Amino acid sequence: MFENIGEIVLLFWRTLLALPQTWRQRQKVLDQFFEIGNASLLMVCMLSFFIGGVIALNFGPALVERSLANAVGGVVGLAIAKELAPVMMAILIAGRIGSAMAAEIGSMRVYQEIDALRTMNINPVSYLVLPRIVAIAVALPLLVIFSVMVGWFGGAVVANFNHQMDIPFKVFFANMRDLVELQDVVNGVCKSFCFAILIGVVSCHQGLATIGGPRGIGRSVTKAVVNSIVLIVIFDYLITSLWILLAHWGLI
Amino acid sequence: MSDATPQPQGVSLVVRGLHKSFGGQKVLEGIDLDVRPGEIFVIMGPSGSGKSVLLKHLIGLEQPDAGEILINGEPVGTPEIAARYRMALVFQSGALLNSLTVEENVGLYLTEHRLKPPAEIQKIVAQKLADVGLEGVLEKMPSELSGGMKKRVAIARALVIDPQLILYDEPTSELDPVSSVIVGNEILKLKRRIGVTSLVVSHDRDLAFGVADRIAVIAEGRILTIGTPAEVKAFNDPRVQNFLHADFKRS
Repeated sequence: MFENIGEIVLLFWRTLLALPQTWRQRQKVLDQFFEIGNASLLMVCMLSFFIGGVIALNFGPALVERSLANAVGGVVGLAIAKELAPVMMAILIAGRIGSAMAAEIGSMRVYQEIDALRTMNINPVSYLVLPRIVAIAVALPLLVIFSVMVGWFGGAVVANFNHQMDIPFKVFFANMRDLVELQDVVNGVCKSFCFAILIGVVSCHQGLATIGGPRGIGRSVTKAVVNSIVLIVIFDYLITSLWILLAHWGLI
Repeated sequence: MSDATPQPQGVSLVVRGLHKSFGGQKVLEGIDLDVRPGEIFVIMGPSGSGKSVLLKHLIGLEQPDAGEILINGEPVGTPEIAARYRMALVFQSGALLNSLTVEENVGLYLTEHRLKPPAEIQKIVAQKLADVGLEGVLEKMPSELSGGMKKRVAIARALVIDPQLILYDEPTSELDPVSSVIVGNEILKLKRRIGVTSLVVSHDRDLAFGVADRIAVIAEGRILTIGTPAEVKAFNDPRVQNFLHADFKRS
């Protein structure tokens, strides 16, 4: 992975240079947006609901036991908004969409479709990479906002119906409002934007670098997903550290 | 159709001292050849002799280690030259975009470069497909086409560019004899109709001797001989003769 960082940065730079052509490629952006956003919605919904639920289930009884029932909503709200929704959604999209990007572009590379584009003077970055990266960069943050809402609701349902907690919805959300600020949700959404770019560039690069036949495509798909997930976790730490540092300096 | 050759819109192509290696393995070792405007020039040779690599250099998909390629006397490889001359490559596999319909594939160049309004692109696409003998396939996906049809769609896609130079990479490979003849006739018809320069890479002897104005035989990255079909047939070199006369021996 690390030996290709130069190529990945170069592809990102070329995509930035191609950004003015986004309007021209709008139909492809919309197609990709539909594929990433709409088609992932049910999965995002299920995953987020159960993540919210399991966080409430893990922390809720322990907090209630220590007479900290009024912190359950805040803990669940913060954990989901700042960390779990952005990271889990990014991992889900890396698996679902990153793999598809690498497979599609990889097979186009293997079967000379990308060479055919070049002979027609069509830039593969503008034609293939740009629409995918723009679509994922818009879709993932929106999915994360949706995921945060559903995750909070999942936490509230479990806190309400679990006999060890018995926290009413109203109380749960009132507690959450005390602890969670808009800035926390914004942090998570900004993080997801960075993850989206990361998944898009890594997966498209892996697709374009595919060599060999079907086995090469399979290898590219695996690498795209694994490299994306590893980089998501590393960047999660780096972005969080940067956020804390900026907050410490009073810049945010 | 008249057999009179029209004023060629084709370009000349000159290759001088072309060398290329991959990972230390020499693939092209000093290729020199001249292709005249409007002629059909066939490069023949056994598999692995460097024919397809040579073709990729001509269209700019590969960069040579040494040597030069000139189109109408100007070196290829710069964006200005790429913009000035219209060149098209018909890939061995067709290389149609599998996610697009036949109509979208053939019109891709015009659509992406916004050269014509959509209604006009539709007309041009239908015309080019009719030129290669294909009708009623506009909405089909490449996966629904036979090998011969894919090749002809690829030729139609090349024609949309209104090319001055068409490069064909093994145009009859994987085709039955009837489809091979159809593709060969298309190459001949294009020369007669628009005078395009055609460079065909193939190891199909029937195709080469059926359509070529001149033939070059290549082996192990070197040109063995260049000449008219009759001259090549008469060329007294065991490697050329072996290639031209290889046949099954029945006891």
